[in-house]
Amino acid sequence: MTTTGETRKPRARSSRYRLAQAARMEWIKLRSLRSIWWTLAVTAAGTVGIGAAVGLNTRNASGDLTNNAMAGVVPGLLLVGALGVLTVTSEYSSGTIRATLAAVPRRPLVLAAKAAVFGAVTLIVGEAASFIAFFADAVTLRHGVAAPSLGQPGVLRAVVLSGAAFCLIGLLGLGLGAIIRHSAAAVGVLVAGVYVVAQVIGIIAHSVATYMPILILENSLSTTKPVTCGTSEASCPHFLSAWAGLGMLGLYAVIALAVGGWLLARRDA
Amino acid sequence: MIEARNLTKRYGPTVAVDALSFDVRPGSVTGFLGPNGSGKSTTMRMVLGLDRPDAGQVRVGGRRYRELRWPLREVGALLEAKAFHPGRSARSHLAALAASNAIPPARVDEVLDMVGLTSAAGRRAGKFSLGMGQRLGVAAALLGDPAVLLLDEPVNGLDPEGVRWIRDLLKSLAAEGRTVFVSSHLISEMALTAERLVVIGRGRLLADTTVAELSAGSASLEDAFFRLTNEAVEYRGNTTKEARS
Repeated sequence: MTTTGETRKPRARSSRYRLAQAARMEWIKLRSLRSIWWTLAVTAAGTVGIGAAVGLNTRNASGDLTNNAMAGVVPGLLLVGALGVLTVTSEYSSGTIRATLAAVPRRPLVLAAKAAVFGAVTLIVGEAASFIAFFADAVTLRHGVAAPSLGQPGVLRAVVLSGAAFCLIGLLGLGLGAIIRHSAAAVGVLVAGVYVVAQVIGIIAHSVATYMPILILENSLSTTKPVTCGTSEASCPHFLSAWAGLGMLGLYAVIALAVGGWLLARRDA
Repeated sequence: MIEARNLTKRYGPTVAVDALSFDVRPGSVTGFLGPNGSGKSTTMRMVLGLDRPDAGQVRVGGRRYRELRWPLREVGALLEAKAFHPGRSARSHLAALAASNAIPPARVDEVLDMVGLTSAAGRRAGKFSLGMGQRLGVAAALLGDPAVLLLDEPVNGLDPEGVRWIRDLLKSLAAEGRTVFVSSHLISEMALTAERLVVIGRGRLLADTTVAELSAGSASLEDAFFRLTNEAVEYRGNTTKEARS
């Protein structure tokens, strides 16, 4: 029952815990939950499945076929955003947060480590999902519609940025989880903010609509050419460019994480 | 060594911990006693930097908790049973904590063996009984081989064998020169385990003494405790009074 002196001295290079150690902890935590991998698998499968289904049903070659192939990204973002929320809130509901913060008392470091690990994983999964969805759509196209290729203008950009959206919405969820701390409430705010409010505002206020996350994805990130609404110029909001849209989503994630980190450092755990 | 000075914590109008000062010294088990709601857990959370005091401060090994370089290698804590994700295995839970403080992975299997969870290490911790959860919490506290240990109600949910195991473990850890601070509302258990006592009621210090000193002059440590905390009990049943009338 006694502890041995030998195991006592861990040979660490640095003299103090840093982001690297905190990130290793977060990676082990993420890796060791089967539910996370199931959710990510379902997210990717859904994104690809919808892309393939859209391909099967495409009859009109004049539309933005790449944008069509990315149709499954929208519901995929919901799952990855909720997963981001739960990555933080499940620590509160289980009590793990106290073990985490006792191990790494510099709290902003904890959230930074979570964001780095979760962001990297969702970026990889998101890119894989959007590329496979793109090719699944291309393979399933019928009715004499020619499949788009990555070499065409804007196509590669649309696929890559759609994949990046998974990471950014996931980080937005992570930040909201840190701010709100309760799973149901935080998921509710995420869904309301990203989906419901966006749709309502999209209908009633065109000028603001262009800044809504889902509309950014649909009309800025996943398009190969500027969106037009057909009949008249005036009926169409002026959507952000692809890169401005990416910056906007990134800004949302950064704001949520900054506020979440600030609150995490201030509040009792 | 734990040094609390004028430690104060308010929740709205309620004063949970009220200008509390005490020292916990290495080399012996110090019991932390008090009625329910007396502020024991709040005090322990403040020692670990989880709750921020409204006034005063507490130092561990001469430093504030947030300034520790490798916190788990200096302070080990068991705050609540089942403070782990139910979907994660005991081994993964410990491996994650070990990684955060650059503790070698081999240490995880060592502490699992010490608490007798080796055979259950790969199972989802959500399926653990309360007693197994406590053992996992103890394993986490021992992970960094720390000089200071804080345990909040460690015998909760343990079977008689487990209670004795905790008692022997705490005594042996103190005998190795560590600082061992254990909260409990089980006075009889503290009488068997602790040498020193810090007793609080309504967040205030009632006694900072030894078990021998406190129980001298009373029939038992329990009687001495009741005399001490008589005025400071927050929640009390009224059955005896009604039975009499």
